[in-house]
Amino acid sequence: MERKIRVLLAKPGLDGHDRGIKVIASAFRDAGFEVIYTGLRQTPEMIAEAAIQEDVDAIGMSVLSGAHMTLFPVVLNLLREKKAEHILLFGGGIIPEEDIEKLEKMGVGKLFTPGAITSEAIEYLKEEIPKRRKEEKLF
Amino acid sequence: MTLFERFQKKDPVALSKFITYVENQSKDYEKFLSRIYPMTGKAYRIGMTGPPGSGKSTLTDKLAQKLSSQDRTVGIIAVDPTSPFTGGALLGDRIRMQALSSVKDVFIRSMASRGSKGGLAKTTKEVILVLDAFGKDYIIIETVGVGQVDLDVVDNCDTTLVVFTPESGDAIQAMKAGLMEIADIFVVNKADREGASNLIYELDSFLDLKRKKDNSFGKCWEYPVISVQATHNIGIDLLWKKIEEHKKFIQDNGIFEKKRKAQIKSEIKKLIENRIKEITEEKVKESFDIENIVEEVLAGKDDPYSASERFLREAKLI
Repeated sequence: MERKIRVLLAKPGLDGHDRGIKVIASAFRDAGFEVIYTGLRQTPEMIAEAAIQEDVDAIGMSVLSGAHMTLFPVVLNLLREKKAEHILLFGGGIIPEEDIEKLEKMGVGKLFTPGAITSEAIEYLKEEIPKRRKEEKLF
Repeated sequence: MTLFERFQKKDPVALSKFITYVENQSKDYEKFLSRIYPMTGKAYRIGMTGPPGSGKSTLTDKLAQKLSSQDRTVGIIAVDPTSPFTGGALLGDRIRMQALSSVKDVFIRSMASRGSKGGLAKTTKEVILVLDAFGKDYIIIETVGVGQVDLDVVDNCDTTLVVFTPESGDAIQAMKAGLMEIADIFVVNKADREGASNLIYELDSFLDLKRKKDNSFGKCWEYPVISVQATHNIGIDLLWKKIEEHKKFIQDNGIFEKKRKAQIKSEIKKLIENRIKEITEEKVKESFDIENIVEEVLAGKDDPYSASERFLREAKLI
């Protein structure tokens, strides 16, 4: 059986604009992904913890509040601390070009900005995730 | 350290990885299950079922908080449906369980039903074993929103709760076969809404018949109807008390053991059936010219009954 792509979609912080992330959630579901949506107002700890429990391949964060330079690095660090750095952290929002560069340098995956189409994100995950999955020694 | 050693040391990352391994039925997952099997049998399983939107997730959230406050560890399996058209799924039960993500020793896993029709996912039963072996005291299994025939949960749980709301319809709906027959405890959620007291009354009077019938065996479970308002945390203490009473009731009357025996029996049968199915499919593929026989049947020279009989004899399966 082909392994399903599992993605956690999260809205960190106090930003309550969830229309975008809901559009993404539906598009991912229609692409055959298993999407876990955790709702509004998540802390980075909640997001990292949920991602581990759900054993997702990727976390998609939607940040429209301007706090991206804080939120993305914090979640990235938490994943490293919890030995879950294999999980791809990507996202979307209103993020200036130069910040995208900085975040990508830190290890954040692709960031989608207004005007992006859902199929771009789907193609990106379909390509990126199989590369990151590795056979683990179980016993 | 191997992943299995990390699992034994109660590392949640390892738990999560093994759940995926079992859920995907990856290579040799049965061997893993047989290895952890001796570590299972300690967890108590609570099933949570009912129509969509009745408040199963919210109620699960409140019960888990209650358990956690009593220093008990909890595993939650929340099942949501897979689209039969795209194979994708939107798993949203965690939205109602946000408060739990910061609670110690609660582990929540969302599962997509992946084509299974019984209200649970194909491998929910196996994931229960993994959580049990990991050392969870209680496991709450929340089904997809169910109607009248998707009742797998009852075969996998010790105490089954069915959650209704005043909007669920009158008691005639409940009297139809299905949900009504599997519940140990009836929960009327959103009890502040209009029609709640009516529904409680109707359920209660209908259940009287069931209570009397069961009583003829000398062991009577009361089949309580509990009114709650999950979002406001009203009625949860009483609900929890009834769950504990039911637990004691089934343990004291040998029902717990009987249930577990039945589960083991059906599990062994299922495993044998699956294996036989696999073996047969392989044999059909390698030594049965099915296309040719279809032509023969169509031409009136053969028929499906003798053809299948012939195959089974030739393959030495009967």
